[in-house]
Amino acid sequence: MSEFTIPQPTRPWDRKRSEVVRSGVSLAIVGLLSFAIVLFTGFSGVDGWALCILLLCVAVLIYRGRKLSKKERGNATVQLVITAAAILAFAPWLSIFGSVLVKGIVGLKVNFVTSDMRTTVPDDDLSMGGALHAILGSLLMVLMATIITLPLGILSGVYLTEIKGRFTFLVRFVIQSMSGVPSIVAGLFVFTTYVSATHGPTALGGSLALGILMLPTVARTAEEVLKLVPDDLRSASLALGARQWRTTLMVVLPTVRSGLITAGILGVARVIGETAPLLLTAGSSTAFWFNPVKGPIASLPIYVFGMLQIGTEYAVNRAWTGALVLMLAVFALFFTARKLGGKDKR
Amino acid sequence: MSNTSSVLDMPEQAFAGLETRDAHAWFGKHHALAGVSLRFPAKSVTGLIGPSGCGKSTYLRLLNRMHEFIPNSAMAGEVLLHGDDIYGESVDPAAIRLKVGMVFQKPNPFPAMTIRENVISGLKLAHIKIDNEQDLVEKCLSRAGLWKEVKDRLDASGGSLSGGQQQRLCIARSLAVEPEVLLMDEPCSALDPGSTLRIEETIKELAEKITVVIVTHNMQQASRVSDYCAFFLSDGGPGVLVEADQTRKMFTNPTDTRTADYVQGKFG
Repeated sequence: MSEFTIPQPTRPWDRKRSEVVRSGVSLAIVGLLSFAIVLFTGFSGVDGWALCILLLCVAVLIYRGRKLSKKERGNATVQLVITAAAILAFAPWLSIFGSVLVKGIVGLKVNFVTSDMRTTVPDDDLSMGGALHAILGSLLMVLMATIITLPLGILSGVYLTEIKGRFTFLVRFVIQSMSGVPSIVAGLFVFTTYVSATHGPTALGGSLALGILMLPTVARTAEEVLKLVPDDLRSASLALGARQWRTTLMVVLPTVRSGLITAGILGVARVIGETAPLLLTAGSSTAFWFNPVKGPIASLPIYVFGMLQIGTEYAVNRAWTGALVLMLAVFALFFTARKLGGKDKR
Repeated sequence: MSNTSSVLDMPEQAFAGLETRDAHAWFGKHHALAGVSLRFPAKSVTGLIGPSGCGKSTYLRLLNRMHEFIPNSAMAGEVLLHGDDIYGESVDPAAIRLKVGMVFQKPNPFPAMTIRENVISGLKLAHIKIDNEQDLVEKCLSRAGLWKEVKDRLDASGGSLSGGQQQRLCIARSLAVEPEVLLMDEPCSALDPGSTLRIEETIKELAEKITVVIVTHNMQQASRVSDYCAFFLSDGGPGVLVEADQTRKMFTNPTDTRTADYVQGKFG
């Protein structure tokens, strides 16, 4: 019965290819034209170029929009404003990443991620020494902080959404006010309670301080994602005769696995660049060791800070490269989180 | 089977102006609907029936360009409204949806609006001038069979109504923009029998003025409410239109044996 001549699927609602090409071409022409204007007239520099592009774009848009009806024009204008705003929000990020990339790439050599500063002084050539100890130190402290904080954060989320005990209000209030604690205060707290009571700055001290800063982010995100679990699912599990803790463990938490991973990643992203608390609690070093209670240990932000303080040409180069590696590490983290978390059906 | 499945026989003056010719629909690679050609009779209720997954809701959403909101969807063929293809190049989909309204499976009144604001929301959203708001609200709510119940609390939130009342509010909201055709996607499946009965009465009254196309998986409902029926079926492949005819004939003396089996409840 299947003697159809099946036609080709079409998408009449998409923008026509010729239209897209035409937009691209006009944008390119506008860019080049502005370049010419900058070359031959009073406008100068990147600012003048951007201003020219802006004015020409507006002119082109008005010209091309003349045929549209009033309603279509309104719709198009709003779309345009929103797109422009989104691009504008993207611009500072691009600028920051661009300048870090340009200045940091100079020192980004293999030895930067394979050797430490044991036998190198900051003024040595950039082909000597590196930040391996700082990278590993950062990773170790963030990992320890996550191991301490993630279960605590998820459990507070579970308390707030599943158990809803009599301290719900208090717990939520404390978590919210904790997220406003300045990072240096978290550092001071660990400094007085742990660091000065033991043998001075260590990796464990650093991770405790980072954990305090991570906890509110993780707990609040966990609460938000747990709230998204439909009550139907809880009812279904309870109606099968499950106890509440089995329901939470086997139905609720797996449902929002990706969200909980995101909570952890957001927490990590919150603290990986923290400098102030680590100054007090972890200190600095020129080499790495796996023993978290052995003594002061370097981290990437402190490495950057220290190198900038020295201020000589090579030291500043090293600082920029450290900043670049830090940013790349954060991107890698987010990318992995997306990969890991994307498996859930949403 | 020929490419053109079935066409409702009717005199030309009874034609509502809405028809499809060899309509196909895809979701990504999945071919959901194949070769549906159908003309809709004016001022009548046409029921689209068939088991789940036979493409009847997809077909309904093709008729007012709601299909394209599903990511990766595609279509082929023609959907004509008064002879013009609504998927044509210079067609404004918003204008089409203004003429071909839709009521959804779950009642969805706007929660941030009052009952009155819900009724006139279509006009506000489309920037259409309202001459006499009070009359319009009363007229639409009356046609949807809700006026008597809510006339004293028009400024209450739409969410304060019961499920059946909310669905009738949604019908009133669709009527306010004066569509030529009203598409209803299983409008009663989330409602209790009492509310269902009220909505069915409303549908019959609406068909005195406009064309109604209703998707239902309830055959009793189709036989109660519709004048014409179109039976869709999928044998694992894309859904096709098996047969379309007057409801009485479809339920008593259908041409196709599969239709007979379905309306007698042998499957589906």
